[in-house]
Amino acid sequence: MATEGQSAGEYIQHHLQNLQVCRVEDQWVWNQCSGNFWALNVDSMFFSVFLGLLFLISFRQVAKKANSGVPSRFQALVEVLVEFVDGSVRDTFHGKSKLIAPLGLTIFVWVFLMNVMDLLPVDLLPQLGQLIGIPYLKVVPTTDVNVTFGMSISVFVLILYYSIKIKGIKGFTREMTLQPFNHWAAIPFNLILEGISLIAKPISLSLRLFGNLYAGELIFILIALLGVYQLPLHFMWAVFHILIIVLQAFIFMMLTIVYLSLAQEEH
Amino acid sequence: MDINLTLIGQAMAFIVFVYFCMKFIWPPIIQALEERQQGVADGIAASDKAHTELAAATDKSEAIIAEARERALEIVDQASQRASQVMADAKSDAVAAGKRLVEAARSEIEQESNRAKDSLRGEIASIAIAGAGKLLNREVDKKTHADLLDKLAAEL
Repeated sequence: MATEGQSAGEYIQHHLQNLQVCRVEDQWVWNQCSGNFWALNVDSMFFSVFLGLLFLISFRQVAKKANSGVPSRFQALVEVLVEFVDGSVRDTFHGKSKLIAPLGLTIFVWVFLMNVMDLLPVDLLPQLGQLIGIPYLKVVPTTDVNVTFGMSISVFVLILYYSIKIKGIKGFTREMTLQPFNHWAAIPFNLILEGISLIAKPISLSLRLFGNLYAGELIFILIALLGVYQLPLHFMWAVFHILIIVLQAFIFMMLTIVYLSLAQEEH
Repeated sequence: MDINLTLIGQAMAFIVFVYFCMKFIWPPIIQALEERQQGVADGIAASDKAHTELAAATDKSEAIIAEARERALEIVDQASQRASQVMADAKSDAVAAGKRLVEAARSEIEQESNRAKDSLRGEIASIAIAGAGKLLNREVDKKTHADLLDKLAAEL
């Protein structure tokens, strides 16, 4: 639904613009922050924290009342999710860690909730936002590359932490320099190879999620340009997108577990 | 699409959320799940045990019923033996009693007929005496000829 006097290109541009705030010359400036690292995407942060809190508060309610008796419906749902994540972690991660399973649960549910925002009609919240004077609003946090990198870099730090914790600085250095070719002359080559494979983990993790959701959102926006004929197409794409939403959340969780289990295994 | 402060904000939110989940959400839920798992396992074990106990009790009750049936058959057997014996006894008693009655009746009839014969003999003797008296036109003294008359009566 492009507004009057707005070309299709402008409509799409408008939808892909975050609501940003930054400080320029001691003044808060809205949406004139391109190229400024100290800008904050207010909409991404708001929706991701809001959905994260939704996840934590609703699960905390269940956790407080958790008992081994007959579960309520929502408790049963939460338990299914917990068991699913627990099973995935047990299958993949062969070490002892109190962190991995809750980490997996948080990633799965949080990323899923952020992805679900994609199923809301693309114009619903931005239009409401314009009514109360918010010029830009991007409602799907996972279509913001900052959000996905924020999570994948945290995971990357965890990978480094586990590698060093299990193998020690020495073991980690040895792994980086003496593999795959165990010869002193091959050290630079090995370092480049292992370094790239290490760096590729967080980048692929975040770009996979970002790319899928960004493309999905873009197609929703393109469909929304079609006028009345958008309805069947929109429905079909939404049905297909349900699969992508769950799948991407699952992949992000699963790869995190796999990377961490690789990090703590001796080669 | 620029990388900006949002990345750090998101990373911080992520760390806080994961920490909260690890401290306050995961442990109680997983504990409840494990307890329920244990409870279900116990329940299944108890039901298995009850099942075997039931089977044992059924076997035992069947054995008792079979024994009772055998015993009942035995009792019925004994009773019918006893009954046939009682019947046989009664029959032989009855036969003996019948024989006795017949015997008594027969002896009575004999006595009766003897008595009738005796009286007939007496009467015939008196008739004979009367006849003889008429023939002799004198009275035969019954007393003097008693011997004779008795002899006659015995011969009749």
